[in-house]
Amino acid sequence: MNSTQALSRNTILDSVRANQPAKLPMPSIPHFHMNQHHTNQPADLVAAFCESIARMAGVVVTEDVPDLDSFQCAKFPEAKVICSAIPEYAGTIKPASLNHWSEASKIDVCILRSPMGVAETGSILLSDIELQVNTIAFLAHDLVVLLDPKQIVGNIHDAYEHPYFKLRSYSVLMTGPSGSGDISGITVHPAQGVKTLTVILSSALSPTPNASRRMG
Amino acid sequence: MSTPVDQAKNAERFLADTVHEQRLDKLLWAMRMRRDAAARQVPEWEELRTLASEIKEHTLSNLSDYLIQFEAKATANGMIVHWARDAHEHNQIVYDLLAGQGSNMLVKSKSMLTEECEWRPFLERRGIRVTETDLGERIQQLDDQPPGHIVGPAIHKTTQDVAIVFSKKYGSDPENEDAAYLAGVMRENTRPDILDARAGMTGANFVVAETGAVVVATNEGNADLSANTPPLHICSVGIEKIIPTTESLAVFVRLLTRSATGDRITQYTSTFRGPRKGAAMHVILVDNGRSARLGMKRFWHSLKCIRCAACMNTCPVYRRSGGLSYGSTYMGPIGIIMMPTFEIRKYSELPFASTLNGSCTNVCPVKIDIHEQIYGWREVMEENDQIQVVKKEAMRVADKVLSHPTLYQIATTTVSTALEVLPHFAVYNRLNAWGKHRDVPEATTQTFHEWYRTHRPKTNEEVRRG
Amino acid sequence: MMQAALMVPCYVDTFYPHVGIATLELLEKLGVDVVCPKDQTCCGQPMANSGCYEEARATEEHCARVFGSFDYVVTPSGSCTHHIRNKFSAGADSPEKQKLVRNTYDLVEFLHDVLKIRDFPWATFEHKVALHTSCSAIRGLNMASMSERVHDTVFSKPKALLSGVSGIEFVEFERVDECCGFGGTFAVTEEAVSAKMGYDKLAFMQKASPDCIISSDMSCLMHLQGCARRQKQDTPFYHVAEVLNGVSL
Repeated sequence: MNSTQALSRNTILDSVRANQPAKLPMPSIPHFHMNQHHTNQPADLVAAFCESIARMAGVVVTEDVPDLDSFQCAKFPEAKVICSAIPEYAGTIKPASLNHWSEASKIDVCILRSPMGVAETGSILLSDIELQVNTIAFLAHDLVVLLDPKQIVGNIHDAYEHPYFKLRSYSVLMTGPSGSGDISGITVHPAQGVKTLTVILSSALSPTPNASRRMG
Repeated sequence: MSTPVDQAKNAERFLADTVHEQRLDKLLWAMRMRRDAAARQVPEWEELRTLASEIKEHTLSNLSDYLIQFEAKATANGMIVHWARDAHEHNQIVYDLLAGQGSNMLVKSKSMLTEECEWRPFLERRGIRVTETDLGERIQQLDDQPPGHIVGPAIHKTTQDVAIVFSKKYGSDPENEDAAYLAGVMRENTRPDILDARAGMTGANFVVAETGAVVVATNEGNADLSANTPPLHICSVGIEKIIPTTESLAVFVRLLTRSATGDRITQYTSTFRGPRKGAAMHVILVDNGRSARLGMKRFWHSLKCIRCAACMNTCPVYRRSGGLSYGSTYMGPIGIIMMPTFEIRKYSELPFASTLNGSCTNVCPVKIDIHEQIYGWREVMEENDQIQVVKKEAMRVADKVLSHPTLYQIATTTVSTALEVLPHFAVYNRLNAWGKHRDVPEATTQTFHEWYRTHRPKTNEEVRRG
Repeated sequence: MMQAALMVPCYVDTFYPHVGIATLELLEKLGVDVVCPKDQTCCGQPMANSGCYEEARATEEHCARVFGSFDYVVTPSGSCTHHIRNKFSAGADSPEKQKLVRNTYDLVEFLHDVLKIRDFPWATFEHKVALHTSCSAIRGLNMASMSERVHDTVFSKPKALLSGVSGIEFVEFERVDECCGFGGTFAVTEEAVSAKMGYDKLAFMQKASPDCIISSDMSCLMHLQGCARRQKQDTPFYHVAEVLNGVSL
């Protein structure tokens, strides 16, 4: 820290110390449960999650998806660059093959796995571990996220107990595709980030070990 | 010495434009209704508000310790922490970082703090091009107008207004007012800058001391874009944004978006705990009058603000005045109680842009006693001789008359003399202001006290309190 | 017999004496020994709310002297009651002032909470009513629930009292507790916004087709009536006291 910075730091801290009011205690935060419409039972959490994410234009697939490859071919017939961030599916590229963060903008669809969903808000958690290249979370066009329904927690209090928030350099609670209401209060999707977000709720997924039919 | 912002006159001008005024009023009232609907779904809503308020009060009363804790953790995480005493120092730090990198362009997500520091003109004068990536901020930037609302900076503009701005600056179709089309125009035109930028700037909604992390909530993901795409991420944040723990963060995240728009959470609520590999992350902790405000017994609670704008959406005066009428970085109820701490003379009229109805206080997720502080600022303005001479004189006359029963009774014998003395009307020596859009009260044959003297003479005699 | 002092707000004294008369007669009907100190003037609210603290001192001290010996001080004004109970700090402290702060009641509060009256058998009012409750009454005196606090039980003391008047019917209208725009000197210093708020409030009420508009605060009604008459609306306006006292349309 140079001397100007040291001076600024000390000036600010001195001013804060001189001015801060008499110490007030930290309240204890109760463990809130989900609201009256939902208990913390797994079946209810899935229903709540689906309802929450739908409000934010996210799409949920609850039926079995036996073949990821045919799934995304059917859903994104125009897509050419399919990035897979999961080991059991090859896609056309892997995140590791990106040479520069900005190259994530060339990705049409990225398949990811999320370690946690949140029923209260319909959010899924992603971090630099799942993304491998952070910019995928907002530069790719469409995201498909695999989520084990047993990993859906009740509310945001539960969500922030996840160790990622204390350990990872980047973690995001993502809720639906990017959007904005800045133009005259009209909600539009997408805004700057991903165009669609599809969550596949499945604890069992049959992987397709070979590369996709379409090449990037 | 700066001239006070004449918010009343600006509001009058805004009201004359019935299209924009009616639209804004309806839109923001609907936002307030959405907030109500969202709060109804959370049975513990009031408990959350109380918790949020207490967490903030605890943090602010221990702020020096938490700042030091954050600095240590953030540094250990690989961030570089800077301290800026004022707006100028903040701007200089940013410029030096860019100059050090050899950058002459950066992308930026929404930050009211940078507006407060007048950071963009500072950089632009030094040859740095700034691309706002928040849709609302970008619209305002292109239109060379400051933000009109702290959550939706361009919310006062119609789709037609936006179409015109984009057609002028981006060459898009001026006739196409479709919001999705316009958002697409923005996306196309901003994407190249995002991909090319070597520096990105964000603000932060919350700063977590325990983990050395900053938390940014956006709908567009543009903060993530600005932070994660370029190799240099600069995060500017006011020192009051600190909260103690990740556990406490949950309380605020549950309150913030519901209060702001009625959604349960934003599309991207992100925690940045350190730079990604090969990149740099700098955090600038900015004072700019906040530590001084901490020492204001009556007003330090305004530092609890989490910038949700619920107070603006509910404020009947804001909705009819428009955000730009306040001539300030922060507007509406929270603006009224913050801006005088920056420049007392310039914002001396703002505390009077309120009916003291108290709706703001009751929607505030952190329970700031906003309307009480507005009242408090009026007293401060009087103590600091910031009140218009005309108004003060009228009040002095009123006090004289109203503390002397005989003078009072003489003054109220006729409606016209009463109208000149009773303070509501006396403020401008004429009735012109009241009578512009309203009829004055009708003439009466006698006052209540005159009636009482004739109809209850016995009790009248018995009562002589001195 | 319970004794109460009647505080008549300065603008009621001057412009709406019939509201003071109705309040007096109503209290007398209910068996209260009403005393009306002749030296009363004003509570000081208009000056204090303008930030002119110094200029409210003499008026507030006078008010404390005039009313400070009574166990009950009743006024047909939520805004005056709110000022005295919650903001009466311009004048010097004194036993009278403390007593006044403790013992001042808005008329509705006094009837609802002290006398606990619910029936007004002498009154009939077979009309549709748009009831407006002032911000002072709602958020300053807790006389009715507020829409911002979505989990609170909905209640309204003025409505509870008026429900004891035979034939009365309440109309529902939008933005029921949005401020009417009076705001004291705001009404003249921010005239354009104040008038627009008043016009909007009236529009929401009129959409529900009431026969009249009622409030327990004459200051709001002064403003709303001014707006209505300027728009050539002849909807009658009444203070709660008048309806409870048995006024006819």
